[in-house]
Amino acid sequence: MEAQKTNNISESDYTSIAHSAAFQKLLSEKKKFIIPITIFFFCFYFALPILTSYTSILNHKFIGSITWAWVFAFLQFVMTWGLCMLYSKKAAKFDKLADEVIHEGGKNE
Amino acid sequence: MNTPAFLMFLGIVFVTLIITYYASKKTKNASEFYTAGGGLTGWQNGMAIAGDYMSAASFLGIAGAVALTGFDGFFYSIGFLVAYLVVLYLVAEPLRNLGKYTFADMIAARFDAKRIRGFAAMNTIAISIFYMIAQLVGAGALIKLLLGLDYTTSVLIVGVLMTVYVIFGGMHATSWVQIIKAILLMGGTFLISIIVLAKFNWSITDMFDQMRTATPLKESFLNPGVKYKIGLDTISLNMGLVLGTAGLPHILVRFFTVKDAKTARSSVVYATWIIGIFYVMTIFLGFGAAAFVGNSEIVAANPAGNMAAPLLAKAVGGDMMFAFISAVAFATILAVVAGLVLTAASAFAHDFYNEILRKGKATEKQQVSMARWAAIGVSIISIILALGAQTLNVAFLVSLAFAVAASANLPVIIYTIYWKRFNTTGAIWAMVVGLISAVGLVLISPNVFSPEAGKAIFVGNPIFPYTTPGIVSIPLGFIAGYLGTIFSSQKSDVKKFEEVLVKSNTGIGI
Repeated sequence: MEAQKTNNISESDYTSIAHSAAFQKLLSEKKKFIIPITIFFFCFYFALPILTSYTSILNHKFIGSITWAWVFAFLQFVMTWGLCMLYSKKAAKFDKLADEVIHEGGKNE
Repeated sequence: MNTPAFLMFLGIVFVTLIITYYASKKTKNASEFYTAGGGLTGWQNGMAIAGDYMSAASFLGIAGAVALTGFDGFFYSIGFLVAYLVVLYLVAEPLRNLGKYTFADMIAARFDAKRIRGFAAMNTIAISIFYMIAQLVGAGALIKLLLGLDYTTSVLIVGVLMTVYVIFGGMHATSWVQIIKAILLMGGTFLISIIVLAKFNWSITDMFDQMRTATPLKESFLNPGVKYKIGLDTISLNMGLVLGTAGLPHILVRFFTVKDAKTARSSVVYATWIIGIFYVMTIFLGFGAAAFVGNSEIVAANPAGNMAAPLLAKAVGGDMMFAFISAVAFATILAVVAGLVLTAASAFAHDFYNEILRKGKATEKQQVSMARWAAIGVSIISIILALGAQTLNVAFLVSLAFAVAASANLPVIIYTIYWKRFNTTGAIWAMVVGLISAVGLVLISPNVFSPEAGKAIFVGNPIFPYTTPGIVSIPLGFIAGYLGTIFSSQKSDVKKFEEVLVKSNTGIGI
C-alpha cells in the first residue's frame, strides 16, 4: 500500500494495465512456458518414488553395480539444473515484455 | 576433550561475533534488521539460501540415512533439491514483488484482513519453532559428544549465540553467518568426498561394486525399499519434501533481502547449483561412512546415524579432519538457527506488533526494539522446549515443519498469486486446516506411537499409518482453500486481484 502512495499508481491504473495488450501478452507467454514445465517436473519427480514403490524395474543394472534407480536419481539433479538454466533464459525474455508493460503503463497516465 | 575441535569451535564463535559486530553498525532501522536493507547481490543471497537450507538435518541426517539405509536415505537429497524448481517457477519472483519483510506481507498484499496476517504469522512462528527444536536438540547432542560438555550447557551455548547474532546483527549478521557456513560446509564435504573417492580407486563403478558387499544389507543397500516399504508412505515423504521448501518461512524471507525479482531469480539459480552439488556429495558421505566406519560403529554412536559424517572424517582424515568437520557441523547449526530466530521474530514484531497491534504506525525505533525483544522471547521458548526434549527422537520435527509449510502455507501462496476467485475465507480455511491436519496426523503417526517401547514417544498403535502426513494434509490444505472460497458469500475483489497480478508479474509498485 505504501508503494501506491510513492508511485502514484491507483487501482484503476492497475486495472487498465491488467487489460492492456502488452500485459496480456506477458501473461500468456509466461503461462505457455511455466504450466507445461511445472507439470513435466512434477511427473518426472514423482515417477521415481512411484516406480521404486510399485515396480522393481529400476533395480536392473545399468553399468556394473549401478542400478537404474541411481541413474534416475541422478537425472533428477540434471533436470533441476537444466530447468534452472532454461528458466533464466526464458525469464530474460519475460523481463523485456514486462518492461514494455511498464513503459506503456507510463503512457496511460 | 578434543583440543583441535575445541579450538576450531572457538574460531567459529570468534569469526561470527566479529561479523555480528560489523553488522550491528549497519542495523539501524527496521528494513536493515529484517532484510539487510534488500541490498544483497544474487550470489550472496544464493549462498545465504544454501547456508540457511542445508541444515544439520541435511548434513548429519542425510549422510547417516544414506549410510544406514542406502538408496532410501537419498530420497531426501533428491526431494530437497527438486523443491527449488517449485520455488523458482512458481513462488520466488511474485513473492519478491508482493512482499516486504515477511511471508504474511505477501498475503496481505491481496487481503487486507488482520486475521489473515495473524494466521500467517502464527504459522510462521509454529514452523520456525518446530524446526528450531530439532536443530537445538541435535546441536546439544553433537557438542556433548565432541567437546564433552553436558547437554544443557551445549544447548545454552548455541541458544545464546543465535540470539546475539540476531539481536545485534539482524539480517546482515544472519546472512553473512549463513554465507560463511555455506563455504565451510561445501569445502568440508568436498574434501571428504575426494578422499572417499580416492579410496574407491577414483572409480564410481568400483564404489558401487564395493557397496554391494560392504554393509549388512548387502545387495539391497543399493536398492530402494530398505526403509520405506509402504508405497504411499514413500510418496507422502516425497510430497512433503518437494512442496515444503516453497512454504518454509525462513527460506521465503531470504527473497526480501535482494532488490528485485531479477536478483531473487538469480539467487535461486546460484542456490540450486550449490545445494545440488552438496546433495550429490551426500552419496560419498553416506557410502564412505558405511564402508570405512561401518554400520555397527555408526549405530553405536547414534542410532539415527547422525554421527556418520564426523566419524567418517575421523576414519579417513584423522583427528584434525574430525575436528574440522565437527566445527563445520557446529557452524551449520548456528547459521540455520539464527535464520529461524530472525524469521520468527520478524513475524512477531512486524506482523503482530506493528501491523496488527499498532496498525502499521510504530516508529522505526519501536519496530527494531520490538524485533529484538521478540528474538529473545523466541530463543528462550525454543531453548526451554529443546531442553525438555533431550531424550526424544525429534528428527521428525523437521519433516513436520516441511509438512506444515506445504499444507498450510503453499496453498495460500499459490492461490493468492494465481487464483482470481480466492478470498479471505478460503485463505483462513487453508491455513487452519493445513496446520491442524499436518500436526494432528503427526500426533497419531508412527513417530509418536509405536508398539515397541522406546521407538517413539508413546507405546501404542499409530492410528495414521504413514511417517509423514503430506499425502493427506497437503491435498486437504488445497481443498480447504478451494471450498472455503466457494462456500463463502464474499465476492472476490477482481480489482485487487488485477493489482496483485500486475505487481507480481512486472514488479510495478515496489
